[in-house]
Parts: sequence; C-alpha cells; structure tokens
Amino acid sequence: MSTLEIQNLHVTVETDGEGPREILKGVDLTVRKGETHAIMGPNGSGKSTLSYSIAGHPKYTVTEGSITLDGEDVLAMSVDARARAGIFLAMQYPVEVPGVSVSNFLRTSATAVRGEAPKLRLWIKEVKEAMKDLEVDPAFAERGVNEGFSGGEKKRHEILQMTLLKPKIAILDETDSGLDVDALRVVSAGINTVRAAGETGTLLITHYTRILRYVQPEFVHVMAGGKIVDEGGPELAATLEEGGYDKYVKFSEAA
Amino acid sequence: MPVIDATGRPPAVPAPSAPVRSRDPEAHPVPTGREEAWRFTPLRPLKPLIAGQEPDGKIDISVAAPEGVEVEFVDSGDPRVGRVLTPVDRVAAFATVRAGGAVAVTVPAEAELTEPVMVALRGEGVVCYSHLAIEVGPFARATVVLDHTGTAKYAGNVEVYVGHGASVTFVSLQDWDDDAVHAGAHAFSLGRDAKLRATHITLGGQLVRLNPTVDYRGPGGDAELAGLFFTDAGQHQEHRLLVTHQERNCRSRVTYKGALRGAGAHSVWIGDVLIGADAVGTDTYEINRNLVLTDGARADSVPNLEILTGEVAGAGHASATGRFDDEVLFYLMTRGIPADEARRLVVRGFFGEVLDRVGIESLRARVTAAVDAELAAVGS
Repeated sequence: MSTLEIQNLHVTVETDGEGPREILKGVDLTVRKGETHAIMGPNGSGKSTLSYSIAGHPKYTVTEGSITLDGEDVLAMSVDARARAGIFLAMQYPVEVPGVSVSNFLRTSATAVRGEAPKLRLWIKEVKEAMKDLEVDPAFAERGVNEGFSGGEKKRHEILQMTLLKPKIAILDETDSGLDVDALRVVSAGINTVRAAGETGTLLITHYTRILRYVQPEFVHVMAGGKIVDEGGPELAATLEEGGYDKYVKFSEAA
Repeated sequence: MPVIDATGRPPAVPAPSAPVRSRDPEAHPVPTGREEAWRFTPLRPLKPLIAGQEPDGKIDISVAAPEGVEVEFVDSGDPRVGRVLTPVDRVAAFATVRAGGAVAVTVPAEAELTEPVMVALRGEGVVCYSHLAIEVGPFARATVVLDHTGTAKYAGNVEVYVGHGASVTFVSLQDWDDDAVHAGAHAFSLGRDAKLRATHITLGGQLVRLNPTVDYRGPGGDAELAGLFFTDAGQHQEHRLLVTHQERNCRSRVTYKGALRGAGAHSVWIGDVLIGADAVGTDTYEINRNLVLTDGARADSVPNLEILTGEVAGAGHASATGRFDDEVLFYLMTRGIPADEARRLVVRGFFGEVLDRVGIESLRARVTAAVDAELAAVGS
C-alpha cells in the first residue's frame, strides 16, 4: 500500500533581495495508491510550489513539516532518489535537453528507476505501444528531448514517461494547460490507463475543471494562500466551475 | 558569478589586418600581447618558442601508414614544404626552421585508403619543433589522424594539400598531459572540387594554441572544420580559424563546441572568414557554442566575417556561451537519473554533433571516455 503523506508543510522561496518568502503555510494531504486527488486553486495559491517541493526542486526550502512515502522521509532524499522511490512529476513546462534523444532519455530513465536496464526487445515493444496509445509519431524517438516540441507534444511526452516509469505517486502539474480538446482527450486517456492499473496515486494539479471531466478525481482540494482551504468530492469541482475561486481568495486574504 | 564573454555580440575589434607572411622568424615581430592575434594568449609559457630556443630534443613521431603511402623525412627545401603553409607568426616560422626538415606523407593519386594514416606524436618533456607535410593526390581518398600525447613545449606545423577531386578526413587529437604547451599552425589547401573534413579535439595541455587555416586553389572546394575542446581549471585552449575564400563556388562550414570547468579555465575561439571579391557563389557558415559547467571559467568567442563580393550563396555565423542549465539537471533527476549521469548525458548530447564527424569508432570511443572522465571530476 503506497501512501504519500504530507503533514504541516511550510515552504519558502528565496526572493530577490527581500529574503525568503513563505509560499506554503501548513499543507496536510494524504494520497494513497489507486486514489486520484485534484488540487485546484487560483494563480499564486501555491499549487506548483507544492508539486515542486514534493519533487525536491532546489529553489524551494521546506522550513517545517514532513513528506513521507510509505513512512520513508522523502525530504531526506535527493531529487533522483525521490524519483527512484516512486515519485513522478509531470511538468507544466518541460525543458529542452538538446542532443539527447527521446529514446536514449527514456531508456536511461527507465534503467535508473527500475534499477536495471530493461531487456531491449521487450523495451522496444513497450515504448512502441505506449507511443501508439498516446498517438505519438514513432519518429519522435530520435528527436532531442522536448526540442522543438509543440505544447501538446511536450505534455504527451510527459505522460509517455509516466506510463513507462509506473510511479507510485504521479504529480501532474497543470498537464491540461495549453492543450486543445483532442490533445486533452489523448493525454487524459493516457493518465486513465495508468490509474486503471491501480498501482499509482495521482495528484492532479489544475487551475481549471476541464480536465476533471476526463480524469475524474475522488477527492478535490482547494488551495488558496498557501493552504488547503476546502476539501470535498467531485461535487466540489462542479461548484468551482460555477462560482470560481472568489470566495476562497477573500477567505485567504481575511485569514 | 562566472565571467562569460562574447555571447554572440558583434566583435569589439575590427577584423585583423593582413599579418606578415614569411618563413623567416626574424621577419615577424615579437608579440607583446597587445596585438589582436595575441591579446587572449598568455605569452609566458610560450616564451621559449617565441624566442626560438634551440630544441632540447625531438618530439617522437611515428607514422603508421597503409601500403602505397610514402613517408619520408625531407629537408625544408623540398617543394612540399611551404606549398600550403606560410608562417604568419614567429612561432610557426621557428617550427619549420628548428625542425630542420619535415616529415612528408604522400598519398598517391586515385589511391583509396581503407585504413587511416596514423601519426602519433609523443612529447618527451622538452622544447621541440616539427613540420609535417601531407599531400593527397588527385581523386584519392584518405584519412589522417594526428594523436598528440605526453608533454612538451612544442611548436608544430602541419600542412595538408588536398589534390583536385580528392577527399580527406583529418583528425588532430590533443590529448596532452596537463603541463604541455603546444602552438600549432595547421594549414589546409583544397584543389578544385576537393573535399576536407577536419576535426580538432583538444582535451589536455596547459596551453594549446592552434591555428587551422583553409584556402582554396580552385573552384568547387568543400571544407568542413569541426572542433571539440574540454577546458579544465588553469588550462588555456585557443583555436583560431581562418577560412579564405578566393575561388568561386567553394563551401566552408566551421562548427566548434567547447565545455569549460574550474577556476581559470579559459577557451578562445576565433572564427575569421574572408570572402574575396572574386569568390562569387561562396557558401559559408561558422558556429561556436560553449558550455560553462562551473563558476570561474571564461570563454571568449569572436566570429569575424569579411565579405568583398555581393554575390555569395550564403554567409553567416553564430556564437553562444551558456551555463549548464540547472533546470535541465532537475528535469533529468526527476526521472531518477543521478546528477553525474545527467551531466554526462547532456554534455555527450552537446558534443554529439562533433563526435559523430570523427568517423573512426575507436577514436570516438576514446574521446567519449576522456570527456566522461573530465565530467566525473566536476562532481556535484
């Protein structure tokens, strides 16, 4: 039973000349294998900070609280160790890695995460099928990672990695942003395939409710001002669709 | 903060004026360090070579050549000596004079070499000079590899004549020990419709200053010059290229990539291209990219393009120097790849374009291993 447990998480970021600024002000969240949680909230509420903090981006400093995966202290792990422990972050803006081919990157990454090089013949088949499911052109494999990719290609490539790495906990940071309906449908189907296997806990970070029509969460959390300010089931997303974040923004300002 | 210079901005200095061209060392002024050609170079390590100090010994040269290739030691009056190369500075002038002759390698016309000509140059720790004259006959195909190892204070001239319709792959590997000083003039001339693929790979040395030049002796020549350097703390590696287009319809490409790490690592890349008034139909492009891996390293990069005809097919240049991108490192690490392996992946990717041109698998593997070893020392 894989469980990601976040308790009272406080995170600061260094600002230009003004010292550290606190972005997360005590976040509690538990994500178990097979569950899908949506984290929603207005811009600047701390959603992306939460995802980067779990992955271990050096820009963010955890000042209080804990993150554990199956009881193991995630905060004590390096970024790559977190990934090998089973945490995956699909980025909102994946960077280009010029000169490193997608196929080389995928294989290096799978080797690192699985602890051994996948058998070549099986691996090729596995990648081919995953690419087909995500409607990715096979020629893609020989291109440089994210090099000249369109927004939609980048997101498909992120989900392709998720499919191959089979993480215990997948954090999808605004994977829906910048996707047209067709791309959103394909990407969502990819996410749902991983979810259906039941081995992954999914943390879906989004500003909009649109993706939640394709990837239905059991739990919805609303973030504002660096805290989770409301929680509920899928019906909460429906309320947000109608009412927006106004009342939460006011709430966080009052707090 | 690292000092990163010359990131594609227009050069602050005018294109260099025509230097003195002479085989007589005394015809060349003693550099002061203020000259355009010398302003980046630390002169102290070069002093014995600028002074033309008598050699303490020889650089050990061994040539392994396939059958049919002629290798001989000739005196400097031989017509093959100076056919391509005329020294433009004292060091190059002394290289020929003090070498007391030249190693001449001749590939006969229409020969199709299946094995490379391997020239191993091993420094024995002394002041030394050499001159290598390579001629590849018309319509021949040949690969020539220069492999510099050991240590020396060494001035080495190399001239390569590529006969009409011939095709030459040339690799010069500077795999010196850390204290070697190497000044080299590498001159290439291309006959009509000749083809040259030259790659300079500089990994070692305290100071390496190479001056590859290309000219064309007939129309239709095609020269691709590539380079790779890995500059460590305290090393100075300088590649000064000059491509002179005086003939019609010739092509040139220059692609140099460097990585730097450590305090006082200094690389210099100068890319001069001159297109003469008669060189209509010229197609040229040069690019230098540098990857700064740590603080305290400095990369100078100066492209110069001088065009005297309006009828070129293409002429351009680019230069960019950047830091190793921490976001790239983070991205790869979130995929489980440890930091050192991630760096290796990125730098191999960066150099891939140049390494792919080497063509000889054993050499490629050796350079890749050397680059990996350099990276291992970068640490995290």
